[in-house]
Amino acid sequence: MSNSTEIPADETTHKHTISVLLENKFGALNRVAGMFSAKGYNLESITVGPTEDISISRMTIVTRGDDAIIEQIIKQLNKLIDTLKVVDLTYDSFMERELALIKIGTTPDNRSEIMQIVEIFHAKIIDISHKTVTVESTGSGQKVDAIIKMLKPFHIKEIARTGRVALKREFVGEV
Amino acid sequence: MTQHTSPPSPQRQMTGAEIFVRSLIEEKVDIVFGYPGGAVIGIYDALHDISDIKHILTRHEQGAVHAAEGYAKASGKPGVALVTSGPGATNTVTGIADAYMDSVPIVVFTGQVALKLIGNDAFQEADIVGITRPITKHNYLVRDVNELAATVKEAFYVATTGRPGPVLVDLPKDVMAMKTMFSYPKSVKMRSYVPHVEGHQKQLDKAIALIAKAKRPILYVGGGTILSNAAEELTKFAHKTKIPVTTTLHGLGAFPETDELSLGMLGMHGTWYSNTAVNYSDLLIAVGARFDDRVTGKTDAFAPEAKKIHIDVDPSNISKNVKVDVPIVGDVKKVLQQLMPSVTALDTKDWIQTIKTWKEEHPLRYRNGKYIRMQHVIQKISEITKGKAVIVSDVGQHQMWTAQFYKYVYPRTHLTSGGLGTMGFSLPASMGAAFARKDFPVISISGDGGFQMNIQELATIREHSVPIKIIILNNGYLGMVRQWQELFWRKRYSHVEMFGPDYVKLAEAYGIPGFRATQTDEVEDVIKKMFAIDGPVLAEFKVVKEDNVYPMIPAGQTYHEIIDMPEEKTASTDGEKESDIEMVTITKG
Ligand SMILES: Cc1ncc(C[n+]2csc(CCOP(=O)(O)OP(=O)(O)O)c2C)c(N)n1
Ligand SMILES: [Mg+2]
Repeated sequence: MSNSTEIPADETTHKHTISVLLENKFGALNRVAGMFSAKGYNLESITVGPTEDISISRMTIVTRGDDAIIEQIIKQLNKLIDTLKVVDLTYDSFMERELALIKIGTTPDNRSEIMQIVEIFHAKIIDISHKTVTVESTGSGQKVDAIIKMLKPFHIKEIARTGRVALKREFVGEV
Repeated sequence: MTQHTSPPSPQRQMTGAEIFVRSLIEEKVDIVFGYPGGAVIGIYDALHDISDIKHILTRHEQGAVHAAEGYAKASGKPGVALVTSGPGATNTVTGIADAYMDSVPIVVFTGQVALKLIGNDAFQEADIVGITRPITKHNYLVRDVNELAATVKEAFYVATTGRPGPVLVDLPKDVMAMKTMFSYPKSVKMRSYVPHVEGHQKQLDKAIALIAKAKRPILYVGGGTILSNAAEELTKFAHKTKIPVTTTLHGLGAFPETDELSLGMLGMHGTWYSNTAVNYSDLLIAVGARFDDRVTGKTDAFAPEAKKIHIDVDPSNISKNVKVDVPIVGDVKKVLQQLMPSVTALDTKDWIQTIKTWKEEHPLRYRNGKYIRMQHVIQKISEITKGKAVIVSDVGQHQMWTAQFYKYVYPRTHLTSGGLGTMGFSLPASMGAAFARKDFPVISISGDGGFQMNIQELATIREHSVPIKIIILNNGYLGMVRQWQELFWRKRYSHVEMFGPDYVKLAEAYGIPGFRATQTDEVEDVIKKMFAIDGPVLAEFKVVKEDNVYPMIPAGQTYHEIIDMPEEKTASTDGEKESDIEMVTITKG
């Protein structure tokens, strides 16, 4: 099973991670994002970037819906002329990662506490000033959610998250 | 200048504009509906001396796109429109959306400002690729003259294959001026776009097993059957299996309505007996139909007892609205050919007999009297043309009556805007159809509302003497909206009564002969007079103001809420006597 088991919003809707390979052409992201808004589908995150083949982009979409909606989402993605391949990773074992930058306002007293949390989460401090630290955290969406939650009591000034990227696991089972 | 008259040698460098025109010739485009402007002036220059392509200057870009649609729907070949940037491009939007909803293969070429000006709010700039992204099957912005020929080739390929649809190609002005060698690709191969053609054998086997067991089967036939040129296969299939056929609005003509297996149209304004038969069927075979809400009403009560087989070229149509038992993704023509050898005649005698009784009990009806009913005009046109005409309706009450009271026999003889329901479709679309079809006369049928939406095309029609019979069914109302206000909004007629011009004088102003009928006994005579004229001719039929389309299943409701025509011989409000009213009945099949 996937390592991103999260609690669904209700009995019938589930979170799905869908990987799409597309021709790397002008406006491809717009076509996909536009289709989601035109059809009223939920879009939790969408990322796009080049692949090992420069003529192909990979898009990772995190969405939510019941089985019928997910089926339609996959069909509609396939229907786009530039789509090469659509895989719903949800039922496979897959790896997913997200990166977050979290800028926190600090006082001389709380700095060490923040450092401790950063350490526990294997995150990194990548910028520091008299009044702020900026933390970089990478991991599953869940892990990123968790560190943000732990840092909430401090003064979070800004957050930037990449959205998720994912690939199917070849080695089945936890590594 | 001699450079245009002799074919340019392949060695010579050509401008984008020349390459564009050569590409159209390679695609065997014989007619383009268009409107020039600054951004396409170079293309128009390249078109100037080309005799292989006829250019029809419409009077509005919406007219050009509907004309391209009419051409495509009537012929099966792709329709082409060419317009300038900015307002020219935005004026095509309604037509493109219309073609998208009805899966019409058209290619729309729009001019665009020069590449370096894109995004600058340049004069007559509009992001037409962005605007039309959700209403095209695909669209392109050509950024390099070296990609132009291949893009044109791909645009026609995408528009016409799989589930057809509109494709837009945006042509920046500077790209059209750049030069390169012209070479047109022989074929298209797109690794990301490979439409399904053949049905999957496992699915076919399941379908064959279901068909063999059916006692009360119905073929529910949609526009996909006509798009796939499968009317002949469908007819053979129905005859071999003895399965009764009902069609959607867009399926009209896929199966002869003179055949005893025909049930006419189903859905909101379908025949009583087709909806009844679907409701009691035990097997529904959807052929190139998409379970549209105007057909199903409330989806979970649609054909509740039936197993469902769904043949459709577009996988996203399957299980979109209604869950089906056996989906078959593939081209309708091919799938029917695949099924044909394995099906046999079913014992449907009792079922057909039951349907026959329903037909007798609940035929299509209208009240005829001294003043003209739209149904009567349609019935007369049907009797006179016997299915051998291309009927192009607009949107409204007259559209539904045109679907109900004309007996369609041949495919591509009923053209209408079904999905988008675009008023103003008929006049320009009939013009496009008339350029495509010389075998049958083309008859445009509009309401007074819709006719006024693209009335400007009368000039184009006159200029080219396009031989269309233009019929205006004038009830002085936006009749369909009035009907809904009468039935569902306590008869509060809010902004539906409308003034119109003197249509006969209007026709004359355009140099088109015009007739008018105001009483029922003049109808046949006027229609015959229209058929005696070779070129364009217009007739206004002043019809009773308030009449309703029945049967009707109100939106979102079920077969059980069907409203058939009330029995009373109500006279029209225009001063008829009840005793003069005669009930006319018509049955399909
Ligand atoms: C462009 C457009 N605007 C509005 C509508 C909504 N509409 C549907 S039918 C109709 C009335 C059409 O009136 P008319 O053309 O006179 O035909 P009738 O119903 O009277 O036969 C209207 C306004 C539409 N379908 N298309
Ligand atoms: Mg009207």
